[in-house]
Amino acid sequence: MELFTEGDPIADTKAPAGPVEKRWETRRFEAKLVNPANRRKMTVIVVGTGLAGGSAAATLAEQGYHVKSYCYQDSPRRAHSIAAQGGINAAKNYRNDGDSVHRLFYDTVKGGDFRSRESNVHRLAEVSVNIIDQCVAQGVPFAREYGGLLDTRSFGGAQVQRTFYARGQTGQQLLLGAYQALERQIGLGNVEMNTRHEMLELVLVDGKARGIVVRDMITGEISTEMADAVVLASGGYGNVFYLSTNAKGCNVTATWRAHRKGAYFANPCYTQIHPTCIPVSGDHQSKLTLMSESLRNDGRVWVPKTKGDDRSPKDIPEDERDYYLERIYPSFGNLVPRDIASRAAKNVCDEGRGVGPTKLGVYLDFADAIGRLGRKAIEAKYGNLFEMYERITGEDPYEVPMRIYPAVHYTMGGLWVDYDLQSNIPGLFVIGEANFSDHGANRLGASALMQGLADGYFVLPTTIANYLASGPLEKVDASHPAAVEARTDVEDRVQRLLAVDGDRTVDSFHRELGQIMWEHCGMERSEAGLRKAIDEIRALREQFWQRVKVSGTGEELNQSLEKAGRVADFFELAELMCIDALHREESCGGHFRAEHQTPDGEAQRDDDRFAYVAAWEFTADGEPSVLHKEDLKFEYVHPTQRSYK
Amino acid sequence: MNLTLRIWRQKGPEDKGRMVTYPVDDVSPDMSFLEMLDVLNERLILAGEDPVAFDHDCREGICGMCGLMINGDAHGPQRGTTACQLHMRQFKDGETIDIEPWRASAFPVVKDLVVNRGAFDKIIAAGGYVTAPTGSAPEAHSTPVAKANADAAFESAACIGCGACVAACPNGSGMLFTAAKLTQLSLLPQGQPERYTRVIGMVDAHDEAGFGGCTNAGECTPACPKGIPLNTIGRLNRDYLAATAKGANNTPGS
Repeated sequence: MELFTEGDPIADTKAPAGPVEKRWETRRFEAKLVNPANRRKMTVIVVGTGLAGGSAAATLAEQGYHVKSYCYQDSPRRAHSIAAQGGINAAKNYRNDGDSVHRLFYDTVKGGDFRSRESNVHRLAEVSVNIIDQCVAQGVPFAREYGGLLDTRSFGGAQVQRTFYARGQTGQQLLLGAYQALERQIGLGNVEMNTRHEMLELVLVDGKARGIVVRDMITGEISTEMADAVVLASGGYGNVFYLSTNAKGCNVTATWRAHRKGAYFANPCYTQIHPTCIPVSGDHQSKLTLMSESLRNDGRVWVPKTKGDDRSPKDIPEDERDYYLERIYPSFGNLVPRDIASRAAKNVCDEGRGVGPTKLGVYLDFADAIGRLGRKAIEAKYGNLFEMYERITGEDPYEVPMRIYPAVHYTMGGLWVDYDLQSNIPGLFVIGEANFSDHGANRLGASALMQGLADGYFVLPTTIANYLASGPLEKVDASHPAAVEARTDVEDRVQRLLAVDGDRTVDSFHRELGQIMWEHCGMERSEAGLRKAIDEIRALREQFWQRVKVSGTGEELNQSLEKAGRVADFFELAELMCIDALHREESCGGHFRAEHQTPDGEAQRDDDRFAYVAAWEFTADGEPSVLHKEDLKFEYVHPTQRSYK
Repeated sequence: MNLTLRIWRQKGPEDKGRMVTYPVDDVSPDMSFLEMLDVLNERLILAGEDPVAFDHDCREGICGMCGLMINGDAHGPQRGTTACQLHMRQFKDGETIDIEPWRASAFPVVKDLVVNRGAFDKIIAAGGYVTAPTGSAPEAHSTPVAKANADAAFESAACIGCGACVAACPNGSGMLFTAAKLTQLSLLPQGQPERYTRVIGMVDAHDEAGFGGCTNAGECTPACPKGIPLNTIGRLNRDYLAATAKGANNTPGS
């Protein structure tokens, strides 16, 4: 059977015409407005409380809408945006180092290896400056200079210092700013907050998104919540690999359920492997920990020049070390983009020059920086990261170089959205990492926080009004046949998972799925490997539904049941990721096909055949998905072979 | 390593709860504490027993979701470390380890080691913010902030809301948590307009949520994985006193 079929291309992304720098202004002016008195009568559901969802829920409530917010954690403050370390980009040009909105736009399109939409990226760059203002006004304690002004640093893929930061905890501080704005609205009664609730289904009425089915994770009660529009801000799907830097609970269920209801899933194979994570230490490993990319500002990456050199790093003299990033990429050095740094690490390890007990690691060495700036300065910049490293590995990075290795970190793919961040299902909006829109095939460092907050604070609140103003929508409640059907489906699925009562745990399946994905759909992909992976995933999924063991019942706090539902969805996503990776016969950004590389081993794009967004439509279980292509046009940033040499 | 775990098991809020003993063998010193519990849970599931419910998410010490009393210490024996970042090399082969939930009247047990910390959110909703609706912000550089104040605000803002301070406090007080947010915002110019209404609102919400009062026992700071200093509570008290003297109350505009 065919793996997929091809459907109609996507003709219109709803971006206004005209010069790129005028499009957002045009959109804002053309967007219809909702009268403040009418906003109170409209309900918007927001799923997820990270940077995108938290800021969107707070802003929509400030504007007067009735908001229902959902998160699976015990508090909205715990969403995984909190773990972002390094910083947030903004085109403020406070350094007077040649930055501008246009340069941030250019860097992001180029960094994404020419697989993102110019209109969206330009808007992101424009809005970036407002984000910093907003966060400072909220009391986000950004790092400052002695003069009292904001400090910035440089990040991978950029030659200007445009990254604002709060020590190594920028995501935490930005998220707490959004969370506090959200709590203020909760206190005022404008947001109904539902913690420990997981979205398990989307409800469509007359083709429009009108509600969700949620499970109360404490009581197990399954209920249907209706609204005028639904916003998914449920994050990325990196946990399909089992081991990733995502939080344990991060999952694809909300977006995957929407996909099964008709929302296109775009570019699922674009995953970001972050170059600087702590290497795996054993089979018990449950997650991977990132060491911020900002460390590459002062740390130098190296491996021994000779294979199998088992000496302690201190005993390897300078001339027997290979600072391979500085050697191969002299102009960007240790600050090359993430996809390039990751693959370079893989290559030196594949050559047998990896370090540490598993030989899957490279050194990130701070000796020079400590010598130049002093230990105190390094402590002030990275103290918390160094402590975290020592707690996990038992080694002191002030004395011994860190060992790092790439790990799955972020997913650029996600639900397809138009310029308004609306999916192809009317009334279903998707923001933050959950959508696909701004990063192309590779996201630059410090751009995830920027996109999450741009979407939530500024873009969605404008564009969703345009949709809501087209109403009023017919009043529907949980007794609507479509709502009842969605809820029954969820109840049936829960019972099916509990009924298997097999002999393998959910985690054992998830781990095995992750190994297949890492092996064949990770840093390097090939046709043979992907075909093998698709067969293996299908076989393992069949095993899952015959052998999984979920303990307990549906009517209680049941963490094994929660995991089972998420892993069941990961199985389906995994197959689509491999199909997407297989069909894309080129290398671009985080998607590296072994068959498509330049003579010196860099990603070789094929713009003639693949300068498009691959948006996948679900048909039915066991039936091939339909591919819809959205052609990408580059009017301002002309595709070139990316070079960081 | 071979260990004996004694874990608090409680089916739900109405259940009385009890300590149950579980031997765990073949523990690697490189495992995190939660990975060791994962291993136990895998075994319990296959044996048809109910796995131990515990909260966790990021497993990198920042989300604040995990929280266990380990041998009577909030987050265990290593200072400045959350339970998820605690590694088994901190324990000895053959050791018996007691694992219990946070115990405080403001944090009722949900199941086993899972508690409800919603009271913390209520404290924030009562004033732990700067009122700055989206779009209303002035240019970020219009108000410089002395680096020392910005850095000190950051130190307090580092709180992860895990609740270890409450669990460690003999009174079950949430003052360190409350004071951390108040200190952050009162050190910044953006936090000044609401400074005194904020402190009254948050302290009232703290008391209403059932937290105990602070008697300077000083158990909170050593238990705090982020080392929030005790003097933040002193700052809270000064602002609270000033607010009462000014006659500020929780009503905006007064």
